[in-house]
Amino acid sequence: MGRLTPENLERARAIVALYPERRSALIPLCHLAQSQEGWLSPEAMEDVAVLCGVTPAEVRGTASFYDMLHTEPVGRHVVAVCTNIACLLAGAYELIEHAEKHLGVSVGQTTEDGEFTLEEAECLAGCDIAPCVQVNHRFFGPLDGPGFESLTAELRAGRLAELVPRHGVLCRVERNVSLPARDAASPGSPAAAGEENR
Amino acid sequence: MITEAPRIVTARLDHEDSYTLDRYLATGGYEGLRAALARPTAEVRAEVDKASLLGRGGAGFPAGRKWSMLRPADITYLVINGDESEPATFKDHLLVERDPHQVVEGTIIAAYALGVAQAFIFCRGEFALGLERLTQAVNEAYAHGALGADVFGSGWSLDLVVHPGAGAYICGEETALLESLEGKRGFPRIKPPYFPAAIGLYGAPTVVNNIETVSNLPWIIRNGGEAFAALGQGSSTGTRLFALSGRVERPGWYELEMSKVTFDDLINHPSLGGGVKGGKALKAFIPGGVSAPWFGPEHLSLGLDQDAVGKAGSMLGSGSVVVMDETTCVVRAAWRITRFFHRESCGQCTPCREGSGWLEKILRRLEEGDGREADLDLLMDACDNIAPGVSWPPQQTTICVLGPSIPSSIASGIRMFRDEFLLHVKEGGCPMRGAR
Ligand SMILES: Cc1cc2nc3c(=O)[nH]c(=O)nc-3n(C[C@H](O)[C@H](O)[C@H](O)COP(=O)(O)O)c2cc1C
Ligand code: SF4
Ligand code: FES
Repeated sequence: MGRLTPENLERARAIVALYPERRSALIPLCHLAQSQEGWLSPEAMEDVAVLCGVTPAEVRGTASFYDMLHTEPVGRHVVAVCTNIACLLAGAYELIEHAEKHLGVSVGQTTEDGEFTLEEAECLAGCDIAPCVQVNHRFFGPLDGPGFESLTAELRAGRLAELVPRHGVLCRVERNVSLPARDAASPGSPAAAGEENR
Repeated sequence: MITEAPRIVTARLDHEDSYTLDRYLATGGYEGLRAALARPTAEVRAEVDKASLLGRGGAGFPAGRKWSMLRPADITYLVINGDESEPATFKDHLLVERDPHQVVEGTIIAAYALGVAQAFIFCRGEFALGLERLTQAVNEAYAHGALGADVFGSGWSLDLVVHPGAGAYICGEETALLESLEGKRGFPRIKPPYFPAAIGLYGAPTVVNNIETVSNLPWIIRNGGEAFAALGQGSSTGTRLFALSGRVERPGWYELEMSKVTFDDLINHPSLGGGVKGGKALKAFIPGGVSAPWFGPEHLSLGLDQDAVGKAGSMLGSGSVVVMDETTCVVRAAWRITRFFHRESCGQCTPCREGSGWLEKILRRLEEGDGREADLDLLMDACDNIAPGVSWPPQQTTICVLGPSIPSSIASGIRMFRDEFLLHVKEGGCPMRGAR
């Protein structure tokens, strides 16, 4: 559990090879690691550290700065309700109160069945559909109480699985071109060096 | 005045499939790049100079001038800023999702003009669909010959990498963005150097441009800088993508000719904002993102013009306009904006880190009925410690301008609606509760 799978290790090396300096791959690799279990396990952060040529503490220290990277387990669906200015003006606080009651959790908590983690978000750039909600970074809105309830029912029933992959899966389109200048497989390349450290 | 100006960056968006390569090629896609490649780089730069294209990321710096500042070096970079997190701003979100090839083509044209060999598009992490569309567009551009070795047979090569952010407003600030791209926390760098064009990514000279800025380039190259400069007035040339939200009938994006169209048109014209929601009275509006000081109804007649808005004491900023109506509690609005800055402060500078927290607490107690009259002076005093004089543009005491942006909403609220703040003290809480 926790370590990068062989396929993801392969992907990780290809990502590292895209950058002039391998540390630049740190955040993309955290996203990749997070796609496995929805959060960054200590083992995954160790793998990222080796690949980027930094210490695991540096990975954790960097990851903890960013809202999207979770160093604790989260639910299958991370539901982020924006309460910033445009959403506030459209009733976002009423919506988030409703969400807390409906899910039986407070902001920051995960439902007992592990289905939903509720978050309060800053502006998600969906202000034209305020109040706006992201589930695993897919947009929904404008939402009212009943709309929120039917959304969570659909998610629970797995009917939106195509639109909303499980938490951590961010970009389902993979880059299919490596850089001509720096071949991932060439000896001495950052990716190969990362391999030796393992 | 509503004008007949062409839509430049949103021309394709009425098509369902605006994000596909097929649609892009059928609507003039990559022709700007071909035309650029047929000319020396200096001519391409001159064309952008002629357009007088102002940066669309918030600061409004002329793109041509920024490019001319790139320090000559063996390795230089171009980084496109798609971190878009200024509250109420959603134009770049639209462009990466709905016209990713235009972003890619604009990036390639800028890279060619600057002579860089590697470019990055930093895309806000929360834009999952945008990341997918951009990645797809980059894959397709390589296959089409627009990226990689020997672009369209020109002998010039470029690599382009789409880089995902991970959720932090401050990474929109260009030096924090570069730190983040280097795999670090998004801490803005100490100035000078004032521009990454001197010292940027990995210490190399780097141009940072906004998504919308480069999205204009294919059109400018196809139609000429003069055609672009013929739109708008004075220094505000071309069109601009405005994001309208809040208490308005028709929130959404509108691409409008700069300067000639007014705030009144944007908010009230039936084909644009359609008026304040439910026919209520306009109380105030934010003209350019939450870092900007607020305007009142008396400012409606101002044009969407960078200089005019600046002269009137605010900024066009990120091009996002938020409408507040008579039912909006301004204490609550200022509190929520301040809370945002408190949460997003990177913590390096004491005035920003501590000041934002104090201000948030004072506003919260006013809103919740525990405030006192002296709190108004206390708020202004704390604002003065963050940005001495609380003037516009603000004085800087911190590493980046996030800190000095904090007082904008508070000072606006108190100056424009002092009585409403006092009413919160007298009535022991929000007098608008129930009305909203
Ligand atoms: C706190 C802060 C946040 C910013 N956020 C963004 C942003 O999300 N997108 C952006 O393009 N510029 C943002 N900027 C401005 C950038 O620093 C930079 O000026 C801009 O990307 C340059 O592009 P342009 O010249 O094409 O406008 C921000 C600046 C500050 C101080
Ligand atoms: S002003 Fe605020 S956000 Fe900017 S560097 Fe200082 S603490 Fe960080
Ligand atoms: S304010 Fe909620 S999405 Fe922008």
